[in-house]
Amino acid sequence: MKYNYIFHLGKYMIFCKNMFSKPEKLKVFVSRIFQEMNSIGVGSLPIVAIISIFIGAVTTVQTAYQLVSSLIPPSVIGQIVSDSTILELSPTIMSLVLAGKVGSHIASEIGTMRVTEQIDALEVMGINATGHLVLPKIIAAMIMFPVLNILSITLSIWGGITAGDLSGILTQEQFLEGARETFKGFVLFFSILKAFTFSMIITSISAYQGFYTHGGALEVGESSTRAVVFSCVMILFADYVLAQLLLK
Amino acid sequence: MIELQNINKSFGDIHVLHDVSIQFNPGELNYVIGASGCGKSVMMKCMVGLVKPETGHIKYDGRDFLNLDRNNLREVRREIGMLFQGTALFDSLTVEENVAFPLQMLSDMNKSDIHERVNFCLKRVNLVDVNKKYPAEISGGMKKRVGIARAIALNTKYLFCDEPNSGLDPLTSRVIDALLKDITEEFNITTIINSHDMKSVFDTADKIIFIYKGKVKWRGSRHDVKDALEIVPELDDFAKASFLS
Repeated sequence: MKYNYIFHLGKYMIFCKNMFSKPEKLKVFVSRIFQEMNSIGVGSLPIVAIISIFIGAVTTVQTAYQLVSSLIPPSVIGQIVSDSTILELSPTIMSLVLAGKVGSHIASEIGTMRVTEQIDALEVMGINATGHLVLPKIIAAMIMFPVLNILSITLSIWGGITAGDLSGILTQEQFLEGARETFKGFVLFFSILKAFTFSMIITSISAYQGFYTHGGALEVGESSTRAVVFSCVMILFADYVLAQLLLK
Repeated sequence: MIELQNINKSFGDIHVLHDVSIQFNPGELNYVIGASGCGKSVMMKCMVGLVKPETGHIKYDGRDFLNLDRNNLREVRREIGMLFQGTALFDSLTVEENVAFPLQMLSDMNKSDIHERVNFCLKRVNLVDVNKKYPAEISGGMKKRVGIARAIALNTKYLFCDEPNSGLDPLTSRVIDALLKDITEEFNITTIINSHDMKSVFDTADKIIFIYKGKVKWRGSRHDVKDALEIVPELDDFAKASFLS
């Protein structure tokens, strides 16, 4: 079936606009944000930890493999690994993985609610379904993704140090010396900004795909797949735009 | 009282509702019957605000539902309860939380009042010891009763039921029919039921509206149906098909 991108872009904009209305009950809204922070943030800790450690370890080994000259001090490996981890690998790869985990979960949850008339039930009650279901997820992700990003950076650097140490490429001191040498606060800010932006992309696109699901189980699966694919593409696009705008 | 005046609705080239005008009175069990695709679900969706008709008026005790401002619309919506065909209970909430949901979101009741009201509603639909269970852990008939309890939790004035007996065995269907009739009379609710089940219609309906190809083909009480079968062939065909199925 042909997908009308312009039509869906407009519909997505309206969907995002409709989210912002006064919550029916602030207490319920805040409690939903905490539930979502637990689901999105705490629920993603294991996968983020695993990928981050391996990102750091693999980057260290591969950088060492490419820097074979004796003229280059080993600390340069620490510098390259930490910079690339903070700037690109942690926020982007973590977000791509979370687009799969969190994005598909959101799309299938909201999609199932749509096909089982639970969203209709909210609308009959006069509750703004997008505000009630989607906005808490977006706010929770905007809070938790930067936190997960910091954790990912930390674990990634630890993974790099450990891999370097265990394989005899460089010592912990050499790695940290390199990492500290060129560290800039702006790089960390940029990394957090990326995680923040990607969180909005993943949650809003996935929620949109779920919210406008029609049909049954098959269509819920299709919405979930579209949510992951569009989120990943938009993450990479936003990554490029942010780099162009802020890294000049 | 709910009044539908000259309602028209199309989806693309398909004209689903043709100039539908009906009146539903309080304390009456109104059955809207008709074959699949005749437009009765669309009519109900128009009445609860899920679908907007192209022309016409829907009046809840004189209040024009399609032209109300935000605050008045909220007021009317609070008086509407709906039992969906698939019950539409929230999977992530327990039975108790499902019934409490509209009270938490739309009323100013405190925690203990909500708890009391939830227990009253569940008791009224004859459900005990299921408060802490999730919808997935209870039977289809129980889900329907939880759906009714949730629909009446806010002292509903207008109750809409879309195929309340679908997927239920005949015995449970009769229990649900009796419950809807009792609730309608006890709380003086205007109840509108979309149904294919002619047994329910003959047993409990106060008023019957037969929709055929998007038009009101016949209306009357259950006492008039037998005479109508002889003069409205489409109704006769529908009734025969319903009993055969």
